[in-house]
Amino acid sequence: MSKAKAAVEGRRSFSERNRLSGGYLLKKTTGSVVLKILRFVLIFGLCFMILEPIVNKFCVSIMTEKDLYDTTINILPRHLTTANYSVVMELMNYWKALFNSLWISIAVSIVQICACTLVGYGFARFNFPLKKFWFACVILIILIPPQTISSPLYLHFRFFDVFGLFETFTGSAVNLRGSVIPYFLMSAGCMGLKNGLYIFLVRQFFRGIPKELEEAAYVDGCGTLYTFVRIMLPDAKPIITSCFLFSFVWQWTDSFYSALFIGGKDLLSTGLASLADNYTNYYQIVNQRTGLASEALLQQMNATGVLLVVVPIILLYLIAQKGFVESLSSTGIKM
Amino acid sequence: MAKVNKKTKMSLLGRRAIFGYLFILPFVLGFLLFMVKPLIQSLIMSFSDVQVGAEGFENVYAGLDNYKRALTIDPNFSRMLLEEISKMVFNSLATIIFSFFIALLLNQKFKGRAFVRAVFFLPVIFSSGVVVGLEYNNTLLSGMKEMIEGSSSSGIADTLEIILSNTDMASGFVEKIIELVNSVYDIAIASGIQIIIFLSALQTIPKSMYEAADIEGCTKWESLWKITFPMISSMFLVNWIYTIIDFFMKSDNQVIQQVQTEVTRNLDFGYGSALAWIYFGVVIAWIGISTLIISRVVYYYE
Repeated sequence: MSKAKAAVEGRRSFSERNRLSGGYLLKKTTGSVVLKILRFVLIFGLCFMILEPIVNKFCVSIMTEKDLYDTTINILPRHLTTANYSVVMELMNYWKALFNSLWISIAVSIVQICACTLVGYGFARFNFPLKKFWFACVILIILIPPQTISSPLYLHFRFFDVFGLFETFTGSAVNLRGSVIPYFLMSAGCMGLKNGLYIFLVRQFFRGIPKELEEAAYVDGCGTLYTFVRIMLPDAKPIITSCFLFSFVWQWTDSFYSALFIGGKDLLSTGLASLADNYTNYYQIVNQRTGLASEALLQQMNATGVLLVVVPIILLYLIAQKGFVESLSSTGIKM
Repeated sequence: MAKVNKKTKMSLLGRRAIFGYLFILPFVLGFLLFMVKPLIQSLIMSFSDVQVGAEGFENVYAGLDNYKRALTIDPNFSRMLLEEISKMVFNSLATIIFSFFIALLLNQKFKGRAFVRAVFFLPVIFSSGVVVGLEYNNTLLSGMKEMIEGSSSSGIADTLEIILSNTDMASGFVEKIIELVNSVYDIAIASGIQIIIFLSALQTIPKSMYEAADIEGCTKWESLWKITFPMISSMFLVNWIYTIIDFFMKSDNQVIQQVQTEVTRNLDFGYGSALAWIYFGVVIAWIGISTLIISRVVYYYE
């Protein structure tokens, strides 16, 4: 019966159905179509705005030097070349730097996110003495720009010591500079780049999850740690993945901590930061001149360098994206 | 038997406290080991006249001189501070609204959503680390742009600006709006993180809530205010604080630049640290006030 009715409805023309609904259908359809068009225009415009500089950079990076000075060329190059890429790759020691950046960024962000998740959960769900004080410290470390404490930090690691313990035992403080260890130690202690933010984010997120979920687990005899791992962590997947992505990207493009702690290794970020100087040297040697490379040429090299640094992250993001944004619907009940 | 009883009695709160400390242990250790010493050093520096000698630094206690100099003698600093603060209030409001709106948009279902999301992730990359510096001083492209703008007639925005400024509307307001429209790229670039934070919060709202509201006859608009808003209000707080901090710590911020010049070029560590500490004070005060206000409307499951 109802099937037949549905079939009849499907056969009815739009105007008839509209008449039957008293004009409601037309209003609703127009509304949704207008909304869709508006949404499309808005999204298209914003996407264009974000993508345009990248496209521009790409076009500049495949031009020959001659095209740079040609005023008739706006975007599309006349003479294609890949020479820029090979020069920049050689100057940045690309493959080695890529490998270094990759493993350091991944390892550092895993350590940071593990530590920050634990701390964020602690702040969200437990009451302990001095809690407010420690949380103020978290806010403090978000607020301090790393530049202002860089020189004390440098000295701190040059003569690393814990309350004079090492000095009493071995006779001298430990020099931790020039290795990756200090940075990992700092990451494990939530003192890496913008780690306070991750703590804050995770804490806010956990506070949004209903307490009943945990209490149910406790009533069923689940221990504190086990509840955290089995009940709370799966729920926090989206925020942890986003934090991981932030951490990875920031580590990837960070030149400050990298120059401070990982100075000896080739990294993409430090390579990019010193690309202009390196290129000037290269230019002088190749051309047997003492003059500087033109501004336009340097910009072209920088554009190429930026693309080379950014492309791996974009690729990675595209791979990770599925798990990142879509994972939510499968993480089970929330209420 | 009595012993066991006693133990379980005190353990209820006590054990929670111990577990709490265990969870935040990494942070406490890290803070004590790596942050306390540099922080105290810089605080001491701000109260003293740092002299750079052959054997390193020497702190000569100078009382509040550095602070007095910053606030009363330095002609630029107080002006910069005020300018940056007023700019920050406006920009962070715009950023929050923009990112919330975009997150709502990106949370809907439409064709090519994955692609659009990927595009909106790009600002996160482009507003970070080494890339941002290169992005800002792209003189080649800006030179080209100036040339094009000079040769052709003015764009739509300029014409609109001229028309609007001739009308009777409050000119200050119109100016602000035009400024906002002109800086939409900066806002979009600055709101990459916020969009993602909002998105991940939006996705934790169970669909069943909307369904229930729909059945009860709730319109989309109502459910936005009654469901979406309270459910992600805690993330509003995060985003607000992050936006403020991000704005204050940007390397193209005037005050930060001033601090860096004092420290790196003039080698005036004492004065530089004093500037930095005044700046922190202002930022923390501002964050504290706005957090107090916002946290009144934040809704937690507690």
